[in-house]
Amino acid sequence: MLQEKDVVVVGAGPAGLAAAIEAGKAGASVLLVDLNLMAGGQLFKQIHKFFGSSAHHSGTRGFDIGKMLLQEAKDAGVEIWLGSAVIGLFPGMKVAIEKGLDGTKKEVITIQAKKIIVATGASENVIRFKGWTTPGVMGAGAAQTMVNVNHVKPGRKILMLGTGNVGLIVSYQLMQAGCQVVGLVEAAPKIGGYAVHAAKIKRAGVPIYMNHTIVEVKPGADGCVEKVIIAQVDEKFNPISGTEKEIEADTVTLAAGLKPSAELPKLMKCQYTFNGVFGGSIPLHNENMETSIEGIYVAGDTTGVEEANTALEEGKIAGIAAAQALGYIDAKVAEETKKEIWHRLVALRMGPFGERRLAEKEKIIAEYAMKIGAPVPEENMEGYDHVDN
Amino acid sequence: MCMRVENHVILDVEKKVSPVEITVDGLVIEAYEGEPVLGALLNAGIKINRYTVKRHEPRGLFCGIGQCTDCAMVVDGVPNVRTCITPVKAGMVIKTQDGLSKGEA
Repeated sequence: MLQEKDVVVVGAGPAGLAAAIEAGKAGASVLLVDLNLMAGGQLFKQIHKFFGSSAHHSGTRGFDIGKMLLQEAKDAGVEIWLGSAVIGLFPGMKVAIEKGLDGTKKEVITIQAKKIIVATGASENVIRFKGWTTPGVMGAGAAQTMVNVNHVKPGRKILMLGTGNVGLIVSYQLMQAGCQVVGLVEAAPKIGGYAVHAAKIKRAGVPIYMNHTIVEVKPGADGCVEKVIIAQVDEKFNPISGTEKEIEADTVTLAAGLKPSAELPKLMKCQYTFNGVFGGSIPLHNENMETSIEGIYVAGDTTGVEEANTALEEGKIAGIAAAQALGYIDAKVAEETKKEIWHRLVALRMGPFGERRLAEKEKIIAEYAMKIGAPVPEENMEGYDHVDN
Repeated sequence: MCMRVENHVILDVEKKVSPVEITVDGLVIEAYEGEPVLGALLNAGIKINRYTVKRHEPRGLFCGIGQCTDCAMVVDGVPNVRTCITPVKAGMVIKTQDGLSKGEA
């Protein structure tokens, strides 16, 4: 006999936690699974105060929001498995979970779920240049994890590639941790992130090299980063010969955007769409955050890269919708609550960055309505093989 | 070579426990129980975790969250251990991984 759960949530970041809390509060038995040793996803790296309205924790630091959510999940009776990776989804709503740390004996446990919510977040994009694999070149998120979570500096002299909000905020946080940021490099003619973050960098006297890119990273005798060659780029972002500058640094951090981590729904043959604004290929979903396959929901960056607050709200919708489908919430109450959340999401998706995302989200939901209409039970799918246990 | 974050304006980074010792390629370094092995290595100035199979190129911290496997090392005889998500235990023996190390276990 397989262990049974009403709802299995994959990923314990803001979206997964919110989904698990809502489903748990409604009375569903919920298992929340996360690869990491601590729940909270990337929230515990966010040591800055959030923007937005008070309904969206403005003025609260990310790690405090993380702590609040963990307590709420506990109060809602959510079972949490940490250090556990979901390695497969199988026909009949079966979730295979590998439990255990590297270097120890691992075991695979299969859970029989009624509903599955995938909230696996996003991963950092990489920019390749000569020497990009040299130790000392890393994701901006990796550097942020080192200083803000592990309290250790990834290097002494750091060059940041990218001036989106991640590039700007992580640069500032590296300085707060005592690292020297020797510069930021941006291929575009305009700063990518908010002016308020860029102003902090400029006030600290850190140069921002606009219309520049990294051409090469040169290792020293120890095999690690020692020098970085940057150059100006033309309008097609190709380096212009003769404009090279040499910068001394022991660390290069890459902040080149994120792409949704949305591999798991593919295993259940959910339908996808490509969306440039949201960072890549994402599972098509409706207003319930349900995919083309009945009972499989998505939330947060998996459905398109945004931020913690939108992830939280989408997670709530998925959790409520799953609990509603299982009969734990009265349909009328559920519909009203979800409508309120969608209104809050509209408020979050405002401003020059947000408006684009609002329009794209509407397009995705319209595409779902046109192509899929209503979610299909998996046994009606083409190529479905029933597995008997 | 101390790379610990000290005197942070927002974070409480003060260590309230005593460090333990771990061994890295024969060298004894200080570490804190429960922190990722990789954090203790960075603090000791060790940035290379493994060498690639074909070209024998060095690799080190890249994603920091257990996704990329560039920080894999041989820990207590077990190869391919992602040091960024493996907590320190007192007395651990760590080795730089060379290619697809078979380990010693």
